[in-house]
Amino acid sequence: MKESVRSAWRTLDGGLLRDVLAVAAALALVGVSFGAIAVASGLSPWLAVAMCLLVFAGGSQFMAVGIVAAGGGPVAAILAGLLLNVRFLPFGLATGDVLGRSLVARLVGSHLLIDETVAFTLAQRDPARRRAVYWISGVVFFVTWHVGVVFGAVAGQVIGDPNAFGVDAAFPAGLLALLLPSLRDRTVLTVALLGAVLALVTTPFLPAGVPVLLALAAVLVAVPSARAGGSTGAGATRSGASGESGASSESGASSEAGASGETGKPNVPAAAETGEAR
Amino acid sequence: MTFTWVLVLAAGTYALRLAGVLLRERVRMPEWAERLVSIAATTLLVALVATATLTADGGFAGWARPTGVAVGALAAWRRLPFFVVVVLAASTTALLRWAGVP
Repeated sequence: MKESVRSAWRTLDGGLLRDVLAVAAALALVGVSFGAIAVASGLSPWLAVAMCLLVFAGGSQFMAVGIVAAGGGPVAAILAGLLLNVRFLPFGLATGDVLGRSLVARLVGSHLLIDETVAFTLAQRDPARRRAVYWISGVVFFVTWHVGVVFGAVAGQVIGDPNAFGVDAAFPAGLLALLLPSLRDRTVLTVALLGAVLALVTTPFLPAGVPVLLALAAVLVAVPSARAGGSTGAGATRSGASGESGASSESGASSEAGASGETGKPNVPAAAETGEAR
Repeated sequence: MTFTWVLVLAAGTYALRLAGVLLRERVRMPEWAERLVSIAATTLLVALVATATLTADGGFAGWARPTGVAVGALAAWRRLPFFVVVVLAASTTALLRWAGVP
């Protein structure tokens, strides 16, 4: 694990580190507000900090503390918090490869998985850079978030509302900037926009966390194109396999198309650009 | 909220994280499925961006935040550095709030 972090430092350039620090600064401010709100709603400072260390998922922490502060029971608070965190499962599925085969690295690395780590990792294509940015951003976010929380728990009332600094706009804007290169792919853009609309229209009616999960239904739209080998080029290489339509033969056929080098890589050029720009 | 309940939330959250990571290792996915998983993660993040930009407590978030995010998005689209995107978004929203826009 230590070795992963050390070699990660060597792989990353200053520009990417600066980007990570920009998000980390915003996270620290949110941490301050969590610390302050948690203590104001009756948690002891040490319990607020312990919650952060152990849960490390800001949204669910705000949710749980808020529900209890509003008079709700702890079971409702925990369930609402967990519902908000269900998205971590698909996130782990999408980025888990960066943690390698070491069990310790996977056990420790899993705890660093948050929206921002995932967005930074997905924005990289090269495996070494993916691994590096996952560890570096994960560790930096973990540290700065807790510095903020400790400060907020002890002296939070001094800062006031972090949204006065526009922190709540910083996160979506940062995430969007990281996602933009992959959205240049037509299929990804269509699915993502459809998912966003699904999440937005259901937000007023469903408990927090569920609308975002509903967005996953939009992925169904991409199934035919993904099975056909991505949105570009792979049609010709699959001609031999397309005759067999049985479900059991599908995976074999697709991995064959994969071996020929086209499947699933339509956004390589965009990603290569990102490596430069981000 | 007691320490026990915090532990329950922590254990559940960690289990969700680890499950995804371990599943990735256990299940040999064909390439098209890996692509779908990657699209799914991007879709979740975009949905998160949309709801975090426009909604607060199940209703409209007010104009200050979406305007800031829009300025940030424009900056990102014009390929300004990431750092600038984040600062522009935050300062636009901060200025609007300071001027009294909710």
